[in-house]
Amino acid sequence: MALTATEAGTRKLSTAKAMVEGIAQEMERDPSIFVMGEDVGAYGGIFSSTTGLLERFGKDRVIDTPISETAFLGLATGAATEGMRPIVELMFVDFFGVAMDQIYNHMAKIHFESGGNVKVPLVLMTAVGGGYSDGAQHSQCLWGTFAHLPGMKVVVPSNPADAKGLMIAAIRDDNPVIYMFHKGVMGLPWMAKNPRAIGTVPEGDYQVPIGSASVVRAGKDVTIVTLSLSVHHCLDVAEELAQEGISCEVIDLRSLVPLDRRTVLESVGKTGRMVVVDEDYQSFGLSGELAAIVAETDPGMLRRPLARVAVPDVPIPYSRPLEQAVLPTHSRIAAAIRKTVA
Amino acid sequence: MGDVSELFPLIVRMDEDGELVGDLGLVTKQDLVDVYREMRLLRAFDERAWNLQRQGVIGTYAPFKGQEAAQLGATKPLDDSDWLVPTYRDWAAGYVRGVPVTHGLFFSKGHPRVGDVPKSANVLPAQVVIGAQTLHGVGVAWAAKLKHERTATVVTFGDGSTSQGDFHEAMNFASVFSVPLIFFCENNQWAISVPIERQMRAKTIAQRALAYDMEGYRVDGNDYVAVYNLIAELAGRVRNGEGPFLVEAVTYRLGAHTTADDPSKYRVEAEEERWARRDPISRIEKFLLRESLIDEEQIQAVDVAAKAWVEEVLADFKAELSISSSVLFQSVYAEMPQSLANQFDQYMKRVKEVGA
Ligand SMILES: Cc1ncc(C[n+]2csc(CCOP(=O)(O)OP(=O)(O)O)c2C)c(N)n1
Repeated sequence: MALTATEAGTRKLSTAKAMVEGIAQEMERDPSIFVMGEDVGAYGGIFSSTTGLLERFGKDRVIDTPISETAFLGLATGAATEGMRPIVELMFVDFFGVAMDQIYNHMAKIHFESGGNVKVPLVLMTAVGGGYSDGAQHSQCLWGTFAHLPGMKVVVPSNPADAKGLMIAAIRDDNPVIYMFHKGVMGLPWMAKNPRAIGTVPEGDYQVPIGSASVVRAGKDVTIVTLSLSVHHCLDVAEELAQEGISCEVIDLRSLVPLDRRTVLESVGKTGRMVVVDEDYQSFGLSGELAAIVAETDPGMLRRPLARVAVPDVPIPYSRPLEQAVLPTHSRIAAAIRKTVA
Repeated sequence: MGDVSELFPLIVRMDEDGELVGDLGLVTKQDLVDVYREMRLLRAFDERAWNLQRQGVIGTYAPFKGQEAAQLGATKPLDDSDWLVPTYRDWAAGYVRGVPVTHGLFFSKGHPRVGDVPKSANVLPAQVVIGAQTLHGVGVAWAAKLKHERTATVVTFGDGSTSQGDFHEAMNFASVFSVPLIFFCENNQWAISVPIERQMRAKTIAQRALAYDMEGYRVDGNDYVAVYNLIAELAGRVRNGEGPFLVEAVTYRLGAHTTADDPSKYRVEAEEERWARRDPISRIEKFLLRESLIDEEQIQAVDVAAKAWVEEVLADFKAELSISSSVLFQSVYAEMPQSLANQFDQYMKRVKEVGA
């Protein structure tokens, strides 16, 4: 059963805690699941994605690794082909480069290369995103890169309830699923305070289906297509623009592969205007893909030129003012929307 | 086969009580007076950097507290024409080579000045992606070899970095091509929350050298005298074409991994206290006091000098804080391509219109 953030229950959790709860419930149910990565044990994950799992499941199922991304991602792929369901954490998505061969040539292609005979059911969870001054090698989103490469599903939760439901769905999926959590949605005490990072989370076992977007705010003037932390910014902006009489429909994609084209097209068909807000690099990525989907469906659908609020094609700067200048911030999003509806 | 770690006994010249268990070798007593002072200054700076992060003046900072002897010992014996290829924790090592110590702060601020390493220092920018710089070190040394320069390159890395494929590939390449390189591991016992025993089964990092038919050495990284003498000897041999070498400097990260870390989550205080007793600075201080090379009054004077020096370098740092946003677009390529120039125009327009 699919639940959205607003249904059922009143208990509130941070996104980090919701993720851990999803993992823990699945680990109770299925002994073939194990968690592996750097600092996932006693530390509990540097972004708290595995807090408490070591105490609960022991060191044979919650495994701190040497700093060898190629080794543990390759190992997890091997174990997955042999009936285990590994959850591996790549500390920062930026480090995928160290182990890219294992990811896109092996994890993503074994199923294909085996003519569909060998399954690779694993979850690669990884921290993405910037906004807290961590520099060009620790602040990227890169979801467009993973989504571009065939063989992996890609999910990107923006809130606690989706984080848990997508985690359970990812664990049960028979494909490699890249689960990308933005550090800014985790509800970490040492990050900028973000009230949307805490939310109601159903206690039981539920899945958010992979490949379904969510209309998080209905509106009629303009469609904002976004994901991850940018969803929070877009909701704030939509609230503000409502005062000016601009009615924004905000779509949280939640999954990139598969992509929920229908939800996007239905909305753009209705509003005739689209603004894509994407914290990944601008060129050759999600924003271009969404533009293509609209253009190939019906080029007349857009009444106004599409606007993209993305990171220009520059490495993410470490410097706080410079970083804020390239990220999709509140003021940039608001300006793009105003221009699109003008 | 016996226990190969026994082939790599710990080299110590001055023990934790400041007693000489070997001789001073190439280090003079006056050198020790100077180095003591320099380490104290650097430690004062390092502690101040920590506070600056807490005050929100800089971003994440990785302290080197406890690793001063290893970093100074690895770089003081080098010639001006030699090279250093460092990590994010090697600000003291960089300082010895002529990189302003404030680079650690500019780095943490994302200030472009951090890329402005004085050419004469022969230091590559600090690397954060674990292990990557070991390969760059091989490349720097290889270039020196191709150019027939008689220089030694020192590449530094932590214990955790030895788990990376990059490290092993670097060791193999360096060995196959006999490049003039010293692999200098600062084994500070921890890689964030993972202790060395869980990083590897081998008892020493030095013994990794065997697999690449290289000479390996294990030295007390908190003993400046031992590290200095070893590196002086090896650098000389490297320049004569006898490299590469692997050196494991056994030390300890006295502080947190970075300002974003809380070590109480994964290590006990008793261990920290045990290592605090082996502090690289206090052992020199004990030696100098015993030898009457300094007295309590002079120690106090170093305190005062350290404070003053930190204020002085911070003034330089604070004077340079503002950053022009055009650097963002201008520093991506050697020449800005048209596609990026278009984005730059849009960006400048946006800054004008909405101020963001
Ligand atoms: C490829 C890669 N993986 C993971 C990290 C995250 N990380 C940063 S520092 C660190 C520990 C490094 O330990 P060590 O090499 O022993 O050096 P130390 O920090 O102790 O000086 C880790 C895992 C990284 N920066 N790069």
